[in-house]
Amino acid sequence: MSSDQAVTTASTPEEHFDAVIGSGRTIEPRDWMPDNYRSTMIRQIAQHAHSEVIGQQPEGNWITRAPSLRRKAILTAKVQDEAGHGLYLYSAAETLGISRDEMMEMLHSGRQKYSSIFNYPTLSWADVGAIGWLVDGAAITNQVMLTRTSYGPYARAMVRICKEESFHQRQGYEMMLTLANGTPEQKDMAQDALDRFWWPSLMMFGPPDADSVHTEQSMAWGIKLETNDDLRQRFVDMTVPQADFLGLEIPDPDLRWNSEREHYDYGEIDWDHFWEVVAGNGPCNRERIEHKVRAWDEGQWVREAALAHAAKKRDSETEGAR
Amino acid sequence: MVYEVPKKDGATDPEVAGNPGGFPLWEVFIRANRGLNHVHAGSVHAADAESAVQAARDVYTRRSEGVSLWIVRSTEIHASDPDGSDAWFGSEHPYRHPTFYELPDEVGHM
Repeated sequence: MSSDQAVTTASTPEEHFDAVIGSGRTIEPRDWMPDNYRSTMIRQIAQHAHSEVIGQQPEGNWITRAPSLRRKAILTAKVQDEAGHGLYLYSAAETLGISRDEMMEMLHSGRQKYSSIFNYPTLSWADVGAIGWLVDGAAITNQVMLTRTSYGPYARAMVRICKEESFHQRQGYEMMLTLANGTPEQKDMAQDALDRFWWPSLMMFGPPDADSVHTEQSMAWGIKLETNDDLRQRFVDMTVPQADFLGLEIPDPDLRWNSEREHYDYGEIDWDHFWEVVAGNGPCNRERIEHKVRAWDEGQWVREAALAHAAKKRDSETEGAR
Repeated sequence: MVYEVPKKDGATDPEVAGNPGGFPLWEVFIRANRGLNHVHAGSVHAADAESAVQAARDVYTRRSEGVSLWIVRSTEIHASDPDGSDAWFGSEHPYRHPTFYELPDEVGHM
């Protein structure tokens, strides 16, 4: 029996769901899905959306101090993209029956998380380059996989996002190139940014497979297609030659090519540190949420005014029609 | 195409389920180029149609993805029943397809 037949002959909603996943097709918003699939999807998409939105802050920090109009225009466009990515993702999450306001509330109260990478400060201009190169590079590695994830609206949002992320990574690497080939001080600045962002970037892929509570179920449901460790390895293999080309050194004494595995071996990741940051004790956790809540609260009157204006316009149109 | 109307279990009004008390939800359709249909791209929240068009432009067309936008209130979309989709779309009528008819090679391409 072909997988297509399996889908059409499924008699219960569960069988239909399993058959659609099994045949590599997507689950769509109005399909039946297990409650846990729905809540897992909401948690993951919301967390992803929140990451895009909070991710505007570390880079936005440098917009007013960008060293040239060219860099300023690029950085503004990139930060605007991050806002857009957040909106694509909120839109996808809403198809699962959660409201935008509920997600905002859960972010603000800490009940939903965002990626820990955005809890690190951007101390120098080179950090903007390192974020584009490493953080967006790591994000792309994960997101390319997610273009084939089993929930349709999420997969489609990912396609849109991946098209735009490539610009983000390339502009970051170009910045690093410029700095690495600049004055000794500029090269030091680039090295310092790499030193600080390397390990947090590796942590972006999440805990090791052995400790990842969601991986097994997420893979069975076609939400994830590759494991955290496999994605992390791919990122390391891709990035080491790029660092070599810059003439910068990755801050890992255990990093070396393993000709047997045909992959780079890398050192132990400090997972205790990772969990500390997840628990809210990173360098910028409080600052990020405080800033987000303030922006939301200060925008309240604008949202109310827009609704009042829309209502008034609607009323005058109805009167005009009489 | 089955339109994606966000809906909570048991809820009848997607707008209320979508964002109680906030901006209503609008579905966005983009015409990528002349000669093509408008295709669904996603949704935006906005107080009225005018600002929904502006928001859709900012969110979905930052890189010349389109030459035209349609905005539709999500509540105005009526969809087919996903549970009945096999009965609706699954029927086989092979004689409606050109390959159903076997013609001799001598006839040539048709």
